[in-house]
Formats: sequence, structure tokens, C-alpha cells
Amino acid sequence: MTITPELIEQHQLTPAEYQKIVSLLGREPSYTELGVFSVMWSEHCSYKSSRLHLKKLPTTGKYVVQGPGENAGIIGIGGGWVIAFKIESHNHPSYIEPFQGAATGVGGILRDIFTMGARPIAVMDSLRFGPPGNSPTGEHNLRILTGVVSGIAHYGNCFGVPTVGGECIFEDCYSANPLVNVFALGVCRENEIFYARASGVGNPVIYVGAKTGRDGIHGASMASAEFTEESKQKRPNVQVGDPFLEKLLLEACIEAMKTGAIVAIQDMGAAGLTSSSCEMGSRGGVGIDIDLDRVPQRESGMTAYEMLLSESQERMLLVAEMGREDEVFQVFRKWGLDAVTIGVVTPDGNLRVRHHGELVAEIPNPALADEAPRYDRPHNVKPYRKARLEPPSHIPGSKGLNADLLRLVASPDLCSKRWIWEQYDYLVRTNTIVGPGSDAAVVRVKETGTSIAMSLDGNGRYCYLDPREGAKLAVAECCRNLATTGATPVAATNNLNFGNPERPEIMAQLVEAIEGIAEACTFFEAPITGGNVSLYNETLGEGIYPTPVLGIIGLMNTAVPTPVKFRSDGASILLLGGLGANHALRFGSSQYAKVILNQLWGLPPELNMAYEKRVHDCVREILADGLAESAHDLSDGGLAVALSECCTSEIGAGIRIEAGERVEFSLFGEAPSRILLSSSEPARIHEIALRYDVECPLVGVTMKKQLQIGDGNAMWIDIATADLKQSFEASLPHLLHTHNAG
Amino acid sequence: MKVGIVVFPGSNCDHDAWYAINRNVPHSLQSEAEFIWHDSTDLSKVDAVLLPGGFSYGDYLRCGAIARFSPVMNAVKKFAAGGGTVMGICNGFQILVEAGLLPGALLRNQDLKFVCREVTLRTETADSPFTAKLRKGQLLHMPVAHGEGRYFADEHTLDTLEAEERVAFRYIDNPNGSMRDIAGILNRERNVLGVMPHPERACDSLMGSTGGLGIFESLLSSVPALASAQAEGPLCATL
Repeated sequence: MTITPELIEQHQLTPAEYQKIVSLLGREPSYTELGVFSVMWSEHCSYKSSRLHLKKLPTTGKYVVQGPGENAGIIGIGGGWVIAFKIESHNHPSYIEPFQGAATGVGGILRDIFTMGARPIAVMDSLRFGPPGNSPTGEHNLRILTGVVSGIAHYGNCFGVPTVGGECIFEDCYSANPLVNVFALGVCRENEIFYARASGVGNPVIYVGAKTGRDGIHGASMASAEFTEESKQKRPNVQVGDPFLEKLLLEACIEAMKTGAIVAIQDMGAAGLTSSSCEMGSRGGVGIDIDLDRVPQRESGMTAYEMLLSESQERMLLVAEMGREDEVFQVFRKWGLDAVTIGVVTPDGNLRVRHHGELVAEIPNPALADEAPRYDRPHNVKPYRKARLEPPSHIPGSKGLNADLLRLVASPDLCSKRWIWEQYDYLVRTNTIVGPGSDAAVVRVKETGTSIAMSLDGNGRYCYLDPREGAKLAVAECCRNLATTGATPVAATNNLNFGNPERPEIMAQLVEAIEGIAEACTFFEAPITGGNVSLYNETLGEGIYPTPVLGIIGLMNTAVPTPVKFRSDGASILLLGGLGANHALRFGSSQYAKVILNQLWGLPPELNMAYEKRVHDCVREILADGLAESAHDLSDGGLAVALSECCTSEIGAGIRIEAGERVEFSLFGEAPSRILLSSSEPARIHEIALRYDVECPLVGVTMKKQLQIGDGNAMWIDIATADLKQSFEASLPHLLHTHNAG
Repeated sequence: MKVGIVVFPGSNCDHDAWYAINRNVPHSLQSEAEFIWHDSTDLSKVDAVLLPGGFSYGDYLRCGAIARFSPVMNAVKKFAAGGGTVMGICNGFQILVEAGLLPGALLRNQDLKFVCREVTLRTETADSPFTAKLRKGQLLHMPVAHGEGRYFADEHTLDTLEAEERVAFRYIDNPNGSMRDIAGILNRERNVLGVMPHPERACDSLMGSTGGLGIFESLLSSVPALASAQAEGPLCATL
């Protein structure tokens, strides 16, 4: 087949990129080779727009065993054990086919973890959809939401990994571009880590797992383009997942690794056979020869092009020690899986592919993996934002603060996500000490006395108003969640969800956000050990809010944790960190502005990282000393919403605070660095706070069945906690039910 | 005594049951759990059999519909027929029902969704090896986690179960639409129990509840250790 300009364009390669291919090969590529280059050089696989800036991220630290560049990052947790963890997006497939898109997103990240030798012990997901309910796209958004949730449940539950937490946010900008970011974490012994570096000339290259079919061809390229009206035609590009097969693959891989016969192993994710073989070869500085006739195939008549680009799920490629293939085969036979030698490690650094006896591709591995284009995309403009900076001259007064609070706790972003997380098995493997619905999830490692706390956070509204500060706030929020659980942050992973990087004002968002993450992760000593960049999150030219999602993990001793909710009445309530500054300029990014005022303006909350960190250190000491009955950080919705979340149907609170500039700002402003504590020993907490130079006003006392907030003269909030709970819990099922019925 | 935990390829609560028996149950009971691979047919070395939760062979058809044909299930049927004690949890319950060791069926949950939450069970009989250490009427907290847990049987079967006091546990807060709130049932000989909730997930206060310990303590102290007296070494190592 002749390579025409049209064909090059269809493969999303620019003329300049094509010229680079020609010069790297010293000839015109074949059609198959063109396909291989197009996926390996896609944005999704090559990070060509972001790589330059990702270098700014801190990647080393005292706990880091493996930073970015492998299938997952690895950190040491002591006692000879390590954990592997990473986050990855499956945004584009989830829009086209929500159930399978999300399911295979879970499958992909799980393989990234166990390909390193680690058994997955926790999953979390960060989801963003268009608003459900009464909007033109409400019905559609709902279908995506329910599809994605059942896809995640289907895969994770059957595989046997608990889904222990996450977040779910709704904004118009995600209507045509939902975000599905999945985080996974696994555990293994330090001396049993596996890497994806092929070595040993003559060693066999073995294909294991599912057979190759025509599904998912060009999935990676699809994830690297904007959506158009024709995108629905891309449904065949979405893969189909089989969690049972993945479970078999997990058990077989871990068992095979124990034979000692495996040299290197890599999962076949984006760009399937192509990327796994050329990345393993490239990392190890060797070549790989593959004979496609030996690849287990699900259907007949597949071309080399199709086999190389297929993204059929639940497949792995591994390099075994020459002569010890049978040990590997035996394990896979036991689990009923295909395991076939399809190639061999060679000395020359080339990926060489044969099909029906003919050489169909011969490409130097480094050309695919390392020589991919890198762009310094223009970004010397202000990051894209349409929202006004100045607050509106008149911010309408509240029509009723009680009603406002009830509306807020029932709003889609803030309401209970129980309807979602009860569909996930969050307990399997019996390690879940803190499950969904808390500040951070906590999973114990049975083999050591250590538990892992983990938090996912991102805030598109904040980042839209100021990508740099918004990104820093996300890092701070994660670290605060961990601290509130008693854990110390040790490492991070990030998922950068942005629009089209070829637009300078979008590229500026990306660069600003990366620099913000770099600054905050350095400051909070949470180095980035891996992650994912998802660009081109635009449909018909309309982009999403810039949405960096941070996943930060922390370590703590295994113990029964301090709960979020109040435990007894008559306990003192302290606001560690103080009331914080809440002004009109920064009120426009709040949930109050979104839900009650239906507006967005100004700037995100102001973050003082040094103060924030002192608050974290302080709360860790308070919790370690067992001084708090409950602990919960302030986040979206501010003080009043956080207080509502601390209440149970039996225990409420009586709060007295000074009215600031506006009562709404004090109640609903979203300043960071604040944690609500309840305690019977406030004096000892004050002592500790004083030592850390952190404000810690006594703001009230817990009491039976009522939440009351006022300044001593006026009572602003006075609601039965049962009503708060009802609004909080019933909202999401109600939204979904009324729609299903109508 | 020795409990054999059957491992189907898609079992995923096998290690949890193993951990509960080997780590959470008091040492004084001198019990231990071992794994039995699904193609094994030899149960002569164990005193009781536990079918754990999970997705036996993927369960893309009806849950447990394929597992009933596995080699180990033939052995389990013989084991039970000979008076051996057998407990099926979640997927294990589904398999016991499919294999005909227990009556009725487990249908998709009433709201068609998977549900994971803590529930409260009422112990309905203390007359079984699984409940001997519990009081009739005793409330137990433990989680459910299933998509197909709605117990269904015809009226006659349900009446028989009640008349013979074979309903072992009932939900106080029925999570799945099970008929007559049934969460667990016994066979006529009372040596086979199927229970939908997960006692093995409620054996450690770190997990929030120890409501399942009583069931394991009953089982492990009721069954005499006969077979294990002659057994040596693991039957099948899948760890």
C-alpha cells in the first residue's frame, strides 16, 4: 500500500512527523509500520506535548524505590515490603461506551500494578460527569454515570480488589467529556519487584493471557484527539473487558514470577503488542523479534496491522530465561491460560515483526519509544478563562441560610455518594480500615504493622480560575485528608486532564498546573512516582475545566482510626487552623456560588503552604496522642457543610463564631488549612496548637440532634440533624430515580 | 481441626476466610485452614469444607451454575452425604444451591445492583454446628457484598424450612429482597449451611465488626477433628 498524505493524516501524524519517521528508518515505512508509529507517537503513548514540562515534577524522595518510567511507581513501606501505585484515565472510551470504557480502565491500571509483581489491594476512582437531572443533557449524563459506575463495579468486584474511595463531581463542561480516572495500589516484597526491561539475547518472548482480537484498534490514537459528531463511530475502538480472565492472569503471573524464570514482564495496554514489545526492548537496550503467526488469535484473517494495534484486554508479554519456558507454561496451564513463545530477544535493538513468513515491520526500538516527537507548544499567554475576576457588584443575600445549607448538602457534588460506592465491594481482602465516604481511605497491609492512607482530589473550578493555585490546593487537600486520618504523605501520582494542547491558552493551563503541582509536591514532600496525561478532552471545540487529579498516599501505624463523625454530646469542638480568610473575591469559586448563586468568579481560596503544613503536623500529633474523638477537614462547602458531615442523626453541634464580612462567607467560604476536631480535652489540644503556631479556636460543643450555628446574637443555622442526614443521603438516589421513572 | 477452603479460579474471598480462621479465631480452638484446588477430589484430610465468596468460574452465566460441575463439587457432595460439615459463604451459598445441596435459588438483587454494606442478622437457631455458640435471637453485624443474593423458593419449601427450623439467619434490614428476609439456611441434616453475608469479613475489630467470629467459633468447636489427625502437610498450596 502506498503511503499517501491522506493516510498520514488519518493516522494523526503531521507531515513533519512523517518526515521524521522516514529519516529514522532511512526509507518509507510500510503501512503496518505507519500504524505502529502512529500509536507509539500518539499523545497518549508519547506524552509529546507534556513531557518537557513533566520534567519539572519532583520524582525522588526517601521512600521512592521506583519513580516515573515504569508501569507504576514504587515506594518502600518498611519491613522489606513495598507498594506499587498509579492513576490512569479512561476518559474517551468511557464517553463512547461507559460500561466497557470504565471497566477496562480498571483492568488496565490493575495490570500496571501486578505486572510489577504487586498484588492489587485497593482501587479508588475520580469521576466527573455532566449534571444529572433536569438539563438538556441530563438524561445522557445519567446514562454515562450509571454505565461507568456499573463498569467499575463489574470489573473490580469480580477481580477481587476493593474500591475503597474516590470522588465524583458534576459540571456542565464534563457533559460531553466525562473524566474517569482510576487509581490502583498493590503490595509486594521489595526483593520480588518485576520490571519491564527485556534482557538476555536468545531469551524467549512469551505471550500470555487472552487471545488477540480486532477490538480496541487505534484506541490510543482515539484518546489523543478531540471528539466530533463522528465519534460514535469509534465504538469499535473501545475494548471489552473480562475481569475473570484478569483475575486468572493476576494469579498466574504472580505464581509464575515465583518460579524465578521470568526476566521481564509488561502488560499490553494502549497500543497492545506494539508498545509492550518495543518498550521492553527499549528499556533493556535490546531488540525483539516477533512472529505474529504464533500469536493466539480470537478471529481469523487478521492482518499484521490489526494484530499489532489491537488493544484486546487481559494480555501480557514476558521474557523468560532460555530453557525455563516450561516452568512458566506449567503455571499458565494450571490457570487455563494461553502461554506461547512468540519471539526472541535479539542483540540489535530492533523491533522485527514477521507475518506469514514475511518481514512486515523492522523498526529500531528507540525510534518508537524514545525518538517520539517532543513539542514545546506555545503557552506564553494567559491560561484560558472566561469567568470574571471582580466579584459581582451585588452578591444577592441569602433567602434563608437553613434552606441554603440543606440545598448544599443535597447538591450533586456534596451529597452522599453511597448510591455509587455501595455498588463496589469495598471490603474484599479484609484490609479496609476506612472505606468510602471519609476524608481518606485506609487499607492495612497484613504482612506489616503499617497501613496505607490514600486520597484522591482535584478541583476543576479552582483550576479554571487559577490553574497553578488550583493544582496546589489539590495537593494540599490530599495531604490534609491524609493528616486528618493520622497519616504522613510519602508519594503521589497525578492524572492531568486537559483540553487541546495545540491551543496556547490551554497549554498555558497545563504548564501552570504542572508547575503548581511541582511546587506543592516538593513542599509537602510527596514526590510524583508516575501518572497519566489525558489531553484533547474537548468535544466540538468545547474543552473541560483544567482538571489535574492528585492521588497521594501516606503511611501510618495500623490502628482503629479517629472517625469523621462526632461520637458523644458535650464534647468541645475546635477549629484547628482557625476560621480563615473568606472574602468576596474568593467566594466565587465556592460551592455556594455554584449551587445557590449559579455563578463563578474571582479566584480560588488562598493557600499558605507553610501554615497548611503546620496544621498537618499539628493534627497528626493530636491524633497520635488520642486527644480527638473525631476529626474532619473542611473542604467543598466550607464550615457549615463540614459540620453537617460530622453530625450523626443522634449527635449535632452548637457553634458560635464571629460574623465576618458576610455571614455566607463565614459559613460557606472554602479556605484551606482547617480541620474540625471534637474532644473532651481541649486544653491539651490548645497546648499542641500553640506549639505549632496554629490557631485553634473553641467554636462550640456537640449536642443532641440539632445543628445550630450563630454568633451569640443571631442564630443563622438551626436544623435537626435528622433532616441534614435525610437531605444528604436521599439526594443522589432521588435524582437518579426520578429520572429513571420519567 | 482442619478446614479445607475450596479455591475456584475466580474465588476471591478464599484468603479472607483463611485469614479469619488462621489469625482471628482464638488459638485455643486449635484450628487451621488449608486451600483445596477446584480440580481436587480428595477431601479425606479435612474435617470441614468451606466454599468461599467470589466468582467461581467468572459466573457470567448464573452464579455457581458452572461450579456445580467441577470435580471438587462431586467430592463435596459425597463429603456432605457422609455427614461432613460444609459452609458456603456468598458465592459458596450460590454454588451449594446450584449443586442441590440446599433448596431454593439466589436471584439478582431486587434493585438489580450489586450491594456492599453492613447488615444486621438475627440468629434463628442455635441448633447447628455453625450456630452452636450463638443464642437464638442473637443479633450479628457483618457485611453483605453480592449482586445475586435474593433468596427465593416456593411457598412449600419456605414453610418447610421454617417448620424444621432450618432458617439459620434472617436480615433485620433486608438488603436484596430475599423472601422472608432469609440470609442463611441449613440442609435437613443440619450439616450444610449457606449464608449470603460475609462472616469472615467481620472477625477483626479493625474491620469495624466481630459479628462473624461466633459462627467460626461454633464451626471450629463443634466439628470433631478426625481426619486431620492423620493428615500431614498442605493439600494444595495456592498462596
